[in-house]
Amino acid sequence: MEWFLAKIFAKYNYWVFILLMLIGFYGIVAKENLIKKILGLNIFQTAIFLYFISLGAVKGGTAPIVDETIIQKGYIYTNPLPHVLILTAIVVSVATTAVALSLVIRMHREYGTIEESEIIEKSLREPPHGENSKPGT
Amino acid sequence: MVSLVEHLPILIVVLSLLSAITILIAGWIHRRTAWFISLGTLLFQFISSLFILEYVLTRGSIRYRLGGWVPPWGIEYVMDPLNSYVLIILLFLALICLLYSKKNIEHELPEKVVSFYTVYQLLITGLCGIVVTGDIFNMYVFIEIASLSAYALIASRGKIALRASFTYLVLGSIGACFFLLGIGFLYAITGSLNMHDLSLLLPPFYKNRVVIAAFAFILVGLSIKMALFPLHTWLPDAHAFAPSEISAMLSGIIIEVSTYAFIRVAFSVFTPPFLGLFPILEILSWLAAIAILFGSVLAITQRNLKRMLAYSSVANMGYIVLALGLSLSATTPPWGGLNPALMHILNHALMKGCLFLAAGGFIYKAELWDIDQFYQLGKKMPYTCAAFVIAALSMIGIPPSVGFVSKLYIILASIEAKQFFFVAVLLLSSLLNLIYFWRVIETMYMKTQGEEGHEPSSYSKHEIPMGMLIPIWILSSLCILMGIFWLAKIPMPILDRVNLLFGLFQKP
Repeated sequence: MEWFLAKIFAKYNYWVFILLMLIGFYGIVAKENLIKKILGLNIFQTAIFLYFISLGAVKGGTAPIVDETIIQKGYIYTNPLPHVLILTAIVVSVATTAVALSLVIRMHREYGTIEESEIIEKSLREPPHGENSKPGT
Repeated sequence: MVSLVEHLPILIVVLSLLSAITILIAGWIHRRTAWFISLGTLLFQFISSLFILEYVLTRGSIRYRLGGWVPPWGIEYVMDPLNSYVLIILLFLALICLLYSKKNIEHELPEKVVSFYTVYQLLITGLCGIVVTGDIFNMYVFIEIASLSAYALIASRGKIALRASFTYLVLGSIGACFFLLGIGFLYAITGSLNMHDLSLLLPPFYKNRVVIAAFAFILVGLSIKMALFPLHTWLPDAHAFAPSEISAMLSGIIIEVSTYAFIRVAFSVFTPPFLGLFPILEILSWLAAIAILFGSVLAITQRNLKRMLAYSSVANMGYIVLALGLSLSATTPPWGGLNPALMHILNHALMKGCLFLAAGGFIYKAELWDIDQFYQLGKKMPYTCAAFVIAALSMIGIPPSVGFVSKLYIILASIEAKQFFFVAVLLLSSLLNLIYFWRVIETMYMKTQGEEGHEPSSYSKHEIPMGMLIPIWILSSLCILMGIFWLAKIPMPILDRVNLLFGLFQKP
């Protein structure tokens, strides 16, 4: 039991990130609604961000602002690099979400629904041409 | 004295990014300027990439420190023979597609000309960035820039392309997340993100399970991006319904640059000794063999020409990955090491670029999407069809075309590696290629009337404009010329330098 608890609780950050990642993955795979799929994708990405952030944490570490008095008192800093990386990755994730949402808006205009199965059904009925095509001209 | 050439790697990326913004502003004032700005930027980039290759071959690698920060902490751009070679292919095809798109985009997306070129330049920025960077996290960011632009460009035709783009977006983001997670594991072990630094820090940890997991995540993530067999499902729809020049870019460059990213991570960060510890390359070659057969068979069943070409791309990625998988077991020049894989990256870009642009020509002139509508096309559009036939024959592997050279070298490599099953797969796939391309050629030249009593449609009998025809012909003539160059071993010194870089050739 003690061994088990040590496995779970000593490294709980990894368990949380894997759990979140699987929840997000489930959302992407199982949900029909495209908005819910995007939410799943966001949870999936956030799980990885949290992993990076927990990687940077140092026990008893303080905010990484270089200051002589803090160093003299013997404090240690957390690692700021993962934070910076994740700041970039969050921007990427926001951009992805924006593109995905604009695609969903366009699809809603074209097909009048955001359920994946209905969109597939409707798109199969039309010929595979773009919006500017004029067949037979 | 610091040569100007040493600053070109960063200029290529930054100028492309700035030109994207310039196009947006200048195009808002006068939309005809968009194409010219894009052309100017790409010409500059292409010429600089030639200078970079010359410099790298004569004076050695370029290492550019961004902002002057010393490498393990700062980001570093590294140009060595491998990425200067890929950079030239990438910018050349981008330039050809840009020439082609002047007429085609005005026809296909008349209201979106300015935004098309803006996003196109962003795509080039992302692709160049992936190629020039020497920092693994920077590579992730550029992969996402390139992918996001690709999603937008694929979706630009609307309707069914929206769904194709959404599928690609979801799968591509999962792939990028896996790549990011792999980077996280590597960072947790080594505390570094610089590729060169990582390759020095990693060897003591090669048996560590975290490092193995990191490699697995990066492999799976990039396999989604490069459409390796079981993860290719986004590719057919995305290729089929994007504007034609974007299909050509996707098939000829975007998935190839992802393959470059994998080669870079596998050979530069993890290095061949790590790859030798586990049967990674064997698994990859078997997957690639399945991809070759699966892609070819599915290509035969397609009615839509661009979808057929898309499945053919799945098969061709199989060739590249198979060549990659054999790279450690076949070590005799000229077919050993990375040679066949790198050759096929160029050859596939030429052939598939030409085929997709020609397919776009049929759509431009007559809205012909399905193969069985192509009867008598050989008479109506003789030049486009002739270029298509040359590229198709090259895909089948008629000497002295580029397709023949690739297949010959991969077969020689598999014979040296004593993998005779792969020889059989390659020969069988040539036969399958013949079946699916012959069907198109037969309909174009020999059928006088469509099946099932199609009415002869009333499309005009003119050729596509010169602005579209010339790029198609440049590519199709290069399909033959480059094949002769390869057989004469003219570009071999570049590839030999790449193999020396990774220590792949046996010392004579």
